[in-house]
Amino acid sequence: MSTELPVLKAADFASDQDVRWCPGCGDYSILAQMKKVLPTLGIPREKTVFISGIGCSSRFPYYMNTYGMHSIHGRAPAFATGLKCARPDLSVWVITGDGDALSIGGNHFVHLMRRNVNLNIVLFNNSIYGLTKGQYSPTSPQGKVTKSSPWGSLDFPLNPISVAIAAEASFVARSVDTNIQHLGDMLTRAAQHDGTSFVEVYQNCNVFNDGVWDYAKEKSVRGQNTIELEHGKPLVFDDGKKGIR
Amino acid sequence: MTISSVDFPHATKPTEVLHGVTVRLVGDSGDGMQLLGSQLTNVSALAGNDVATFPDFPAEIRAPRGTRAGVSGFQVHFASEEIFTPGDGLDVLVAMNPAALVTNIGDLKKSGIVILNSDSFEAKDLKLAKLDVDPRQTGLLKDYRVIEVQMTSLTRAAVEGTGLSVKEADQCKNFFAMGLVFWLYGRDVSPTLRFIETKFKNKPQFQEANRLSLHAGWNFGETTEHFASTFQVPAAKLEPGTYKNVMGNQALAWGLMTAAKLSNKDLFLGSYPITPASDVLHELSKYKHFGVKTFQAEDEIAAVCSIIGAAFGGAMGVTTSSGPGIALKGEGMGLAVMLELPILVIDIQRGGPSTGLPTKTEQADLLMVLYGRNGESPMPIIAARSPADCFYAAIEAWRIATQFMTPVMLLSDGYIANGAEPWKIPNVDQLDPIRVEHPRAHEDEDFKPYLRDSNLSRPWALPGTPGLMHRIGGLEKEDVTGNVSYDPKNHQHMVNTRAQKVANVANLIDPITVDGADSGLLVLSWGGTWGACHTAVQRALKAGKKIGHVHLRWLNPFPKNLEEILKRYDNVLIPEWNKGQLRTLINSQFDVPTVGLNKVQGKPFAVGEIMEEIERLT
Repeated sequence: MSTELPVLKAADFASDQDVRWCPGCGDYSILAQMKKVLPTLGIPREKTVFISGIGCSSRFPYYMNTYGMHSIHGRAPAFATGLKCARPDLSVWVITGDGDALSIGGNHFVHLMRRNVNLNIVLFNNSIYGLTKGQYSPTSPQGKVTKSSPWGSLDFPLNPISVAIAAEASFVARSVDTNIQHLGDMLTRAAQHDGTSFVEVYQNCNVFNDGVWDYAKEKSVRGQNTIELEHGKPLVFDDGKKGIR
Repeated sequence: MTISSVDFPHATKPTEVLHGVTVRLVGDSGDGMQLLGSQLTNVSALAGNDVATFPDFPAEIRAPRGTRAGVSGFQVHFASEEIFTPGDGLDVLVAMNPAALVTNIGDLKKSGIVILNSDSFEAKDLKLAKLDVDPRQTGLLKDYRVIEVQMTSLTRAAVEGTGLSVKEADQCKNFFAMGLVFWLYGRDVSPTLRFIETKFKNKPQFQEANRLSLHAGWNFGETTEHFASTFQVPAAKLEPGTYKNVMGNQALAWGLMTAAKLSNKDLFLGSYPITPASDVLHELSKYKHFGVKTFQAEDEIAAVCSIIGAAFGGAMGVTTSSGPGIALKGEGMGLAVMLELPILVIDIQRGGPSTGLPTKTEQADLLMVLYGRNGESPMPIIAARSPADCFYAAIEAWRIATQFMTPVMLLSDGYIANGAEPWKIPNVDQLDPIRVEHPRAHEDEDFKPYLRDSNLSRPWALPGTPGLMHRIGGLEKEDVTGNVSYDPKNHQHMVNTRAQKVANVANLIDPITVDGADSGLLVLSWGGTWGACHTAVQRALKAGKKIGHVHLRWLNPFPKNLEEILKRYDNVLIPEWNKGQLRTLINSQFDVPTVGLNKVQGKPFAVGEIMEEIERLT
């Protein structure tokens, strides 16, 4: 005899904690998409665990009514690896940011992907340190003027996708916080992938780095600047005017 | 013809009976001294002796040949009575080259036997050892019985015909030395012959050559006129039972596996290779079939974080390291204190600071593991006292971790880790089970992750359990609910509660007992100094001194009756391999007179050193 699983809604995944991100933050959109996607995966809430490091994005687990751990800066992949090894039955998500994953946690980030542990990692890339109030991050462009780089940052940025591919990641995606259809699809595909799934999300920090991803978000220009890669489809963009057929 | 045990008849020379013997084997780090030492240990244990060992080797894998820095040693003490240390003065020194001779001769007792490889005293050997004159000509050896053996040429001759090159033949000379030592003490060669067979399974030439070499060494003893007699150390009267010779790290690994079994948990070891802790990782990685999972993490931090993740999932999370690695794990341990999840962090201490003396022992991490984390971050600390004791320390540490939902620090050190002694294999069915309960599924989803029991311990709710969904993290927790809280009074309450919880561990640990007199001088020790302190106090008691000995197993919290016991004595001597770390703690908490005996040479105490201090104070 089988028991029917209860049908879950996005609201079932909301915890009782007030969300404390700044109004207008791109994180809200990612949270909303995650809550929409999880009920469609057929995984019970109690089998789902969110593990984060430190930073604005890393408050994410507190807002999900699942199991969760807000761990230490940069180390979420290590906690998640231990948990997944001990409990392969759980669906484990790592929530991280550009500073968390690529600076203090760069080591763990690449080792997670080379080991191809079956879990999902979502990197909220806002190209700035938000929680410490606006220092340049490892994805900030050279010359970026911030509180800690008044004459412009000297460092070349890392491209998270390049790092992931160099670490032999088996699933790599990039999406945009406001492109909710595409973001939802990527999170779903990541959850379904067997192995480490890496999703970078361009996320706007409207307080410290507003408009950083406008080239990929603004309606007027995004068509000319982004290609949606889809299996079996031609590599075209700008309404099919440019690309490879 | 293959050499077998029938080729090693009983020695024909007269036998002299001894109570105990200390032998040190020294040579180049590539000379196979560690192998020779461990074989002598094993056959002595099989002969029923009590044994204690002290391997001492350089940090470099193959340090420059023939130099003083490259000297590798292995000391074995075997006796017909119970012993607790690898011995102070040496009865026999086997030295494979001049560097090994001059760096170790000072530890040989007067009239002790020194066996030299006389083929290695050429001009170039003396130069490598930074010697202007041959130490055999300087009077350095005048107080000893010197036995010169042409080990290199005799070994080459013995293995001739096996097809080995000269270089390969020279690699067999440790077996020649072994044959001679085995002959001298009437040791059974069969276990070593079996060892040769397994070890060189895929190298039949070496198999035969090492057997021939062992045999040649034996025959040398039998025919040389250097020795008029052999020695015999009869079996010790140990408590009846089945014994196994164990090294500290091995006993530790087995204790961890046993603790996992007793608590019905799967063991998850997250570790990063570091001397002298790696052998625990090596040992545990063999036991997948016992449900053990080992994870060689990318660094020390990932190692501790991975076990916290595993503990969140309900596994027995353990990480092993040494001082430099423990320093890196500090933030992770602090998180475990905040999350109140049970994990074991094991520090096999070595000489510091920084990289320090990787292969040498010290116990200078006590204050770091007690205080070396940000914020008020208390952790219980237990220290093993000997190789075999590591087994029980591991079980006790895990029992406390689970009862109190806390990370526990277990201290060992390089001396315990690499030393060996006979361990009476316990009847596992008679060990107390470790009861661990996890809350069951709730309907109403009103789970309180920080609601405490009488120990002040919180529930260990596992992901996968319906209705218990909760979030934990490094931000301060609200009492009971575990939600994030910045409330000032709540923080004070939570800091006090975490401290009280660790203090409550004292309710469960055994009160300490005094060995010896209950007034006069007290020797207070912890960790690996136990054997030397115990032996020294026993001797002092025999000499009629008013002296007692207390050995601390728990360093945090202290046993409840410690103060009452300390107050009985006129003076408290605290010998430590550090600058007085336990003494600092004792002085800060109790109003008793203390004296420190502090050795930081990367070497354990000799019993004589503690005896001298006892003499001075009584």
